[in-house]
Amino acid sequence: MRPTTRRRGLVALAFLGPALLGMAVFFVYPLAMTVYYSFTTFNILSSPKWNDFANWKYLVGQDPLIVTAAVNTLWLIVILVPIKILGALLVAWALTRARHASGVLRTIFYLPALIPPVASTIAFVFVLNPSTGPVNQMLSLIGLRPGWFTDPAWSKPSLVGLSLWVLGDIMVIFLAALLDVPTEQLEAAELDGAGGIARFWHIIVPAIRPVLLFALVTGIINAMQMFTEPAVASGTAMGKATVGAGSSTTLGWPSNSTLTYGQLLYQRAFGSNLMGYASAMAVVMFVVTGLVMIFLLRRFSGFTAEVAR
Amino acid sequence: MQFTTQRLKKSVAMAAAVGCVLGFGLTGCSTGGPSGPTIQAQAPSTVSGDIEFWHFFTDREAEVLQNAVDSFEKKYPDVHVTVKSGQDDEKMRQAIAAGQPIDVGLSYSTDQVGPLCSSGAFVDLQPFIDRDKVDMTQIAEVAQSYTAYEGKRCSLPALADTYALYYNTDMFAAAGITTPPKTLDELTDDAVKLTTFNADGSIKTLGFMPLLGYYENSEPHWAVMAQAGWLNKDGTSAVGSDAAWQKLYAWQKNLIDKLGGYKLVSDFQAGLGQEFSEQNDFQTGRVAMNIDGEFRTAFIADQAPDVKYATAPLPLAADKSKAYGAGYITGNVLGIGKGSTNPEAAWALVKYLGLDTDAQVLMGNGLKNVPTVKSALTSPDLEVSDEYKVFLEVYQNPNSQTAPASIIGSQYQTILGQFSQKWQSGDASDVASGLAEVDQQINDAVALGSMG
Repeated sequence: MRPTTRRRGLVALAFLGPALLGMAVFFVYPLAMTVYYSFTTFNILSSPKWNDFANWKYLVGQDPLIVTAAVNTLWLIVILVPIKILGALLVAWALTRARHASGVLRTIFYLPALIPPVASTIAFVFVLNPSTGPVNQMLSLIGLRPGWFTDPAWSKPSLVGLSLWVLGDIMVIFLAALLDVPTEQLEAAELDGAGGIARFWHIIVPAIRPVLLFALVTGIINAMQMFTEPAVASGTAMGKATVGAGSSTTLGWPSNSTLTYGQLLYQRAFGSNLMGYASAMAVVMFVVTGLVMIFLLRRFSGFTAEVAR
Repeated sequence: MQFTTQRLKKSVAMAAAVGCVLGFGLTGCSTGGPSGPTIQAQAPSTVSGDIEFWHFFTDREAEVLQNAVDSFEKKYPDVHVTVKSGQDDEKMRQAIAAGQPIDVGLSYSTDQVGPLCSSGAFVDLQPFIDRDKVDMTQIAEVAQSYTAYEGKRCSLPALADTYALYYNTDMFAAAGITTPPKTLDELTDDAVKLTTFNADGSIKTLGFMPLLGYYENSEPHWAVMAQAGWLNKDGTSAVGSDAAWQKLYAWQKNLIDKLGGYKLVSDFQAGLGQEFSEQNDFQTGRVAMNIDGEFRTAFIADQAPDVKYATAPLPLAADKSKAYGAGYITGNVLGIGKGSTNPEAAWALVKYLGLDTDAQVLMGNGLKNVPTVKSALTSPDLEVSDEYKVFLEVYQNPNSQTAPASIIGSQYQTILGQFSQKWQSGDASDVASGLAEVDQQINDAVALGSMG
């Protein structure tokens, strides 16, 4: 290697050094340790002891809640994420069409996203309280009394409702993307006789594809790791809007209908002291998330330079 | 660039080497604290130095703890205690595991005594107890049981939470009931009498909530009513083999049916008020009888002083009526962290908070929890109302129960809780096979937690 090339390489390494160090300490090391712990019996307080594949066998065939938690999480990915994206896109599109008070409307739709998740969830559950909440008091006039967060059949759809209420974060990104769609293309298509749906599919969607993919990727990751909202909703609906002591006992209520994979992982790690087993669960989550992301990015190629141009 | 087989092998070998270094070479870092402090052969005449005390209380309750620490420092002027309040149990366990020098820790969860004792995170107190000839009989046996694990005493109780029956005396009088229920059959009869309905058929006021998961209706609290057992001596599940559980679930099903069925009762539950707010169902009169802890007396005095109520031991199954007077007991536990740099001063604080009469009375009055030392229970300085007195008696009753410590923490309770949800909603109909399955699930988890 020539001295100049070598010097350039060292300079590049020096610039990359802090980032590489951060990656090693905060990503590679925890990841390696998690994989190692997944083959051990470990409760934080004692040194881990190698147990071969016991954690993996328990995960595959013995954990009575793993399937429930995985199915619930899959439900959130398949139902909640698309609905939230469509809802945010719809609201953003409507806001681009608003002729009056668009600033006020944007603020109104964005504001719920500024509320801390714990506070917004508690407020939402109170509003939907089957007995005292204003929503059910109105619905009761037409003979409806949904159980919302207290009925296993309604609890996950209620989480969808909550996610729609706080869709401002992704809505504002869609809004920016929609305002950036070239108007000349839309006008040209209109002159050529393209209808609203055709303009949407053939001009708007391709133009905002990177943003759509971003929303999909982050939405799926958030859904796979979802913890706070269902945990707070369960506790509040159970009458135990507390944290700390015993908070893990309320996870999943009612009837495990809101138990997510992340919650089960937490419960196994800190409620049952099965840190080794929880590590195996974390490895599975990491691998599945990685595979889903690879599939999405390869399938839709929304982040490629070609599209970005 | 072509990725040849040789390059691939080289990359895999490199990745494996890095993984080994990161994964195995640094393993000790996470649990690499000191192996445990040593104690002096003779009790020192004086103790001195700095110690750190972690506890979970906040706000008003933290002030009560601070007052107790202040009185400790007056008694031991050469010891300075740094108090870290508001420390969640999980945070404390992680800090101890990381070798942080926590001298004294106060945990709210008796479920964690198993891991804390077996791992040595809380050091064995028996050498201190033997050396100082501490009379352990001044602590009720049940409280002794939940502060040790497999014979290893790594903690002392520091105030107990005791559970009994609260009943609304106005509602009782209106229904013509003069005494609290002593058996489960009486509880059923009273619950039915006290339940009223709206014009649309929904429940207006409920005599007693028959669903587990509601407020303090939990399996451990209910187990006392049938004197049902949890674990065998080897740590495996006794739930399926103890017929008391089957009787308890049969009684529950009968009560649900008599109150109108699961749908009606669960609809009523859906409208509950927050347990620790003014809207608590017992405080608002939605429910006439509730199982709750002694701390509720303080909540009622503060939030609903007009409610007329009384307390009683938990009603029991007819074949266990000789055990009447019992309730459920749990509480806070005190231990010395394995990283303690001043174990003698730490032990002095543990002994003071856990065994000193004045300190126990001070904390009992301030926190409205039950003192765990018998001398404090009979102290004239302990503020005792008629309602609170029942909890002192329940604490001393030899038939009172707790949930035993397990290597898997509270997971065995959670597993039974899964069955309870299915059973009470009607999704499970065979209680015997359901509990046998619970046994298997608990045993699998215990086996996993005990491996290595």
